[in-house]
Amino acid sequence: MARALIHVPATAKRGEVIEIKTLIAHVMETGYRVGVTGKPIPRDIIDDFVCTYNGEEVFRAKLYPAIAANPYISFFTLAAESGTIVFSWTDQHGATQVQTAPITVE
Amino acid sequence: MKPAACVVGALLVAGHGLAAEIPLDQRRSDSEFISAATRAMQNDDAANPGMLAVLDGETLWNAKAGAAQKSCADCHGDAAASMKGVAARYPAMVPGQDHPLDLEQRIDLSRVTDQKAPALPFESTDLLALTAYVARQSHGLPIAIEATAQAEPFIAAGRALFETRQGQLNLACAQCHDDNWGKRLAGNLIPQAQPTGYPIYRLQWQELGSLQRRLRDCMTAMRSEAYDYGAPELVDLEFYLMWRARGLAMETPAVRP
Repeated sequence: MARALIHVPATAKRGEVIEIKTLIAHVMETGYRVGVTGKPIPRDIIDDFVCTYNGEEVFRAKLYPAIAANPYISFFTLAAESGTIVFSWTDQHGATQVQTAPITVE
Repeated sequence: MKPAACVVGALLVAGHGLAAEIPLDQRRSDSEFISAATRAMQNDDAANPGMLAVLDGETLWNAKAGAAQKSCADCHGDAAASMKGVAARYPAMVPGQDHPLDLEQRIDLSRVTDQKAPALPFESTDLLALTAYVARQSHGLPIAIEATAQAEPFIAAGRALFETRQGQLNLACAQCHDDNWGKRLAGNLIPQAQPTGYPIYRLQWQELGSLQRRLRDCMTAMRSEAYDYGAPELVDLEFYLMWRARGLAMETPAVRP
């Protein structure tokens, strides 16, 4: 499992706009480079990112080879109710990494 | 030859030698010479990709390794206490060693002698992560290299290397970083080369890298033959640069373009 860093405010007021920041370790190899032996380095990227808030999708991004290594994605959402925010990154081979963060809305 | 060209020619012939070290009160971290966006990335732990390596380093710190089946933490305990300020004092003279060691070499020495584990290769992900984790414990502390009688010859050797012209471009490090910092080389501001934030996450590398890697890059750019990783000359140069940056705050893991 790749290392991921997620920042979600632990508590928020109802209706508040909150910023969510995510960072995940990934090489994001473009497929356009060649290695020291002259052979192309195969493409290896994360191509999909989804965030759900209590089951409802609040953010989705498609990633392409032009995205740098260790993709950092930040976005805003509305703090509606207490619950769980789920983040999932899927790579081009279909492997998915899921992480969750709790949030308390007062 | 036109007069103006003569002047330029004369300056080139006069060459280096007039350079003076940057006065202590004029020294600035290299993070003041990068873009605001890159600086913001460095200063936000949620956005700094170097923090991924710091977290990996924390895992390694607590992992048992080698024939001794000991972790770093088994002897050193909580790194936040035991490693605080350590990176700000490296490279350093280590008892039993006749040449100074940089932080990576010191970690490897402990791995071999205490953990009875094979040394981690230079620039390996694990060595960089451990180094970043240890150096992170000195975040914000001033670099505290002292030119003791024992250390002085090595710092002097590093300084001599810094001021010696080398490579096909016949350049000395000092010509850019002592004499012309703050000016532009192509589109980029020339920094003072203060190694405050190593290992750094360099956007060009898309990964973490050591000061030795950065120095080797600079040598290649001057079209000189870079010293091998772990070469005494590189450690001397690191030692001089850290001494030259004494008093500046540590900012590992720094982000650089």
